[in-house]
Amino acid sequence: MTVTETRSFEALTLGLGGEIFAIDANSVHEILDIVPQTEVPGAPPLVSHLINVRGKVVPLADLRIRFGMDRTPPTIDTRIVVVEILLDGEPTVVGLLADKVHEVTSIAGASIEETPDIGMRWNPDLIKGIGKRGDDFIVIPDIVRIVTTH
Amino acid sequence: MTAGDPGQIFREEAAELLADLEAALLQLEQNPTDREPLDTAFRALHTIKGSGSMFGFEGAASFTHHLESAFDRMRKGELAATPAMIGIALAAKDHIRILIDDPASADAAAGDGILARLVEQSGSATLSACPRQEHDDAERRASWRVRFRLAPDVLERGTNPLLLLDELRELGEAEVVALTDGVPPLEELEPTRCHIAWDVILTTAHPRSTIEDVFIFVIDETELTIEPLSASASASASVSAPVLAMASDGPAPSPQEPLDAVPQARPSAPSKAEAGPEKGRAQPATNSIRVPAERLDDLMDQVGELVIAHARLKQLISDGVDLQIKSVTEEIERLSNGLRDITMGIRMVPVESLFGRFRRLVRDLSQELGKDVVLTMSGEETELDKTMIERLNDPLVHIIRNSLDHGLEPAADRVAAGKPPQGRIHLSARHAGTRVLMTIRDDGRGLDRDRIRAKAEEQDLIPPGAKLSDAELFQLIFHPGFSTARTLTSVSGRGIGMDVVKRTIDGLRGTIEVSSTAGGGTEITLGLPLTLAIIDGLLVRVGQGRYVIPLFAVEECVELPPDVERRHANRNFLNIRGALVPFLRLRDSFGVRHPPDLYQKVVIISSGDKRVGLVVDQVLGDHQTVIKSMSKLHADVANFSGATILGDGSVALIMDIAQIVAAGQIQEPRREAS
Repeated sequence: MTVTETRSFEALTLGLGGEIFAIDANSVHEILDIVPQTEVPGAPPLVSHLINVRGKVVPLADLRIRFGMDRTPPTIDTRIVVVEILLDGEPTVVGLLADKVHEVTSIAGASIEETPDIGMRWNPDLIKGIGKRGDDFIVIPDIVRIVTTH
Repeated sequence: MTAGDPGQIFREEAAELLADLEAALLQLEQNPTDREPLDTAFRALHTIKGSGSMFGFEGAASFTHHLESAFDRMRKGELAATPAMIGIALAAKDHIRILIDDPASADAAAGDGILARLVEQSGSATLSACPRQEHDDAERRASWRVRFRLAPDVLERGTNPLLLLDELRELGEAEVVALTDGVPPLEELEPTRCHIAWDVILTTAHPRSTIEDVFIFVIDETELTIEPLSASASASASVSAPVLAMASDGPAPSPQEPLDAVPQARPSAPSKAEAGPEKGRAQPATNSIRVPAERLDDLMDQVGELVIAHARLKQLISDGVDLQIKSVTEEIERLSNGLRDITMGIRMVPVESLFGRFRRLVRDLSQELGKDVVLTMSGEETELDKTMIERLNDPLVHIIRNSLDHGLEPAADRVAAGKPPQGRIHLSARHAGTRVLMTIRDDGRGLDRDRIRAKAEEQDLIPPGAKLSDAELFQLIFHPGFSTARTLTSVSGRGIGMDVVKRTIDGLRGTIEVSSTAGGGTEITLGLPLTLAIIDGLLVRVGQGRYVIPLFAVEECVELPPDVERRHANRNFLNIRGALVPFLRLRDSFGVRHPPDLYQKVVIISSGDKRVGLVVDQVLGDHQTVIKSMSKLHADVANFSGATILGDGSVALIMDIAQIVAAGQIQEPRREAS
C-alpha cells in the first residue's frame, strides 16, 4: 500500500484505456504530438522505446502495459506527456503515452480516497489514490513506482 | 570571482595550489638545491595562508603559517630541504587539505604531531608566531619607494587597503602618504570606490620580493611600482603629494616627482599592457578564468544539438533549392563545426595533471614497500577530455600499485637478475589517430604465465591444458576475483581491482592491452577516445532500427556470402583472407522479426584481441555521433552504451561492442549445444 495522496493539487487529466488519470501538473514539462520512436532491444516492455525531446533522449513509458490495458494503435488524439520525476533523487525526464489529454484541473484533497484493496483489477501499489470529480473517478497513478517496478 | 560561494572558490583554488605544492615538493626532493620549486612551494603556502584567513579558514591558515615560516627560512638558506623535511611537508600538505575540505574531521593531534616534527627538524625551539616580526638587520637595510594604486572596485571585493599599509609598516620604517589627486569632485564621488593611491618610503631589511608579496592578492589589478632609493637619498627622500603630506617633514618635493605621479593618477582602467614588469611575474595565469565543469557540459550539449540541427537542415535542403539558402547552410556548417571543435578544445586538459598525482603515489608506496623506484613520464602534454582524466585516476592508481607491489622485485632480486637495483615505472601518453594511447610500463619480473594459467584452471575460467595466446592469457587477469598474489598486502592483491579497471576503461569506450616478457617487465596500454562527448560511428540498419557502431572498433565491412547465409546457424564463421572470424547475427541478438534484406552485410570489429563479425541488414555510412546518455530506466540494457540523435531527429542507439561480443559468446555455445 502506498501513502495515499490527500493534498489538493493541480492535476493534468488524461485518458488512458478508457480511464481518467491525473498527474501532478507541476511535474509536466510539455505535451507533444506523436514523434518517431526508437525501439530499445532488450529493454523492459514498459519503456521499450526512446524519443527525442528537444535534443534529449527520453524514455517513453506506456502505462497501459502496467494496468493491463489493450495497446490500441495511436489515434489523432494520442499525445506524449513529458514529465519530470525523481528516480533515486535524480530528476529524470520521461514521456508518458496518453490516448487523450483532457485539461488542467484542481483536485481537492477531501475528494481523494484511499485506494480500495478489492474491487480493482490493478496492483494498488501503483496508485496513490482515487479522486472524485462529479460522477467520474480519477486515478492518481504513482509514476515513480510504475516505472521502477518490474 | 563575483558569483558563487567564496568558500567554495577558495577550496577549488586551494586544491590547485596544494597540487602545485606537492609537485614542487617532489621536485625539491629530487633536486634539493633547486630554487624554483622552493619558490613555487613558498608562494603556494603564502597564498593558501592569505586566502585562507580571508575566507574564514582560520585553522588552515594558522597551520599553514608554520610551514610557510619554515619554507621562508629555506629560501633564505637558513634551512636545508632535507628528505625528512620534505616528508614532513608532504604530510603537512595532506593535513592542510583536510583542514580546508572538512575542518570538522581534522585530527588536531595529528596536526600538532606534524608541527612538532617540523620544529624538531627545523631546529628552532619555538615557531615564530607572526611572520612579519623580523629583527632589523641594519647592514642589509635598503629603502624603497613603493607606489600603488588599487583598482577602483577593490573595496567591493573585500580588500582593506589599510591592512596592506599595516603589512608594509611591519616590514620596516614606513612613511606613508596618500595621493589624493585621483579623488573626484564631491558630486562625482562614489564612496564605495577607492580613489586614493599611496606612496610609501619603506626602509627595510627585506628583499624586494617580500614587498611584492604584500600585494600578492591584488597584484593583477594594482598599479604598483617599487623603486630602490639609494642609501643617501633615503634619508632625505620624501613623498610627492604635498596635500595631506602628514607623515613627511622632509624637504619640498622636487618638480619631477609630482609629474611622474600624474600619469598614474589618471582614472584610466589599469590594463595588463600598462602593468610593470613585476606584475606578470607573480601570477602568470591572469588571462584564464575559472568555469564550473557543468557549464562546459551544458555548452557541449548545446553545441551537440546545433550540430544535429544543422545535419537536419542539410537533409531538408534538396538539390533544387535556392543557391543562397545553400550557401548560408554551408556557412552554418562551417561555424557549427568550428564551434564544436573549440568547445571540445576547452574541455581538453594535458594528462600532466593526471600523471603528476602519481609522483606522490609512487614515492609513498616505494617507501612503504621498501623498494627503490623511480617514476618517469613522457607525453604529459597530450590532451584529453577533463571528465576522462578524472575517471582515469582510479584505474591508473590500481595499475601502478600492481606494478610496484607485484611487478617490481626487491632490489636484491633485481641485482641477482642482472638488473639495476632501482626499479623503473614509465608513464607515457601519445596520440594515435583519434585516440590517445596511455602506457604504463615497468621493468619488473613480468606476468607469470604459469601462475595465471594455474589460477584460471583452478577457477574454471579455462579448460585444463587449453591453448591460449599470450594476449588471451593476459586478459584473464581482468576477470573478477582473479588475483595471483600469494600474499595479501595493504597495497594490492585483494582480488578486486583489475576487473574494476577493465570495467572503468570499457565504460570510457577504451581498450586495454597487456604485454609482458618474463623477467623483462609488463606493459599495459590503454587506448582511449579523445572525448566522451562525440565519437565517430558507423551507422547501420538492423531490421527497421538504426544503430551506431563506434568507428574505432570497425576493421572492415564485407558482404555475407550467400552460401554461408544458406547454412543458417550451423557454421557461424567467415573466412576473411584465410583467418576464421566468428560472426553474430544482430537480428537474433536484437530479436528482430522484420524480414531480412536479401544481401546481408558483415561489419568486422575488433574487441580486445578478438575479431568478430556483426551481421547487419545495411551499412548506412559514417556518422559523427553526439553521445547522449540513457536514463536510469535503461540502466540494465547492457548492449548499448548510449544513444544519439540522427539527422532526421530520430534516436539511434550506440552499441557497446564489448558487451555485444560478450553476450554473443554466451549465446554461441548454447546454440551449438542445442
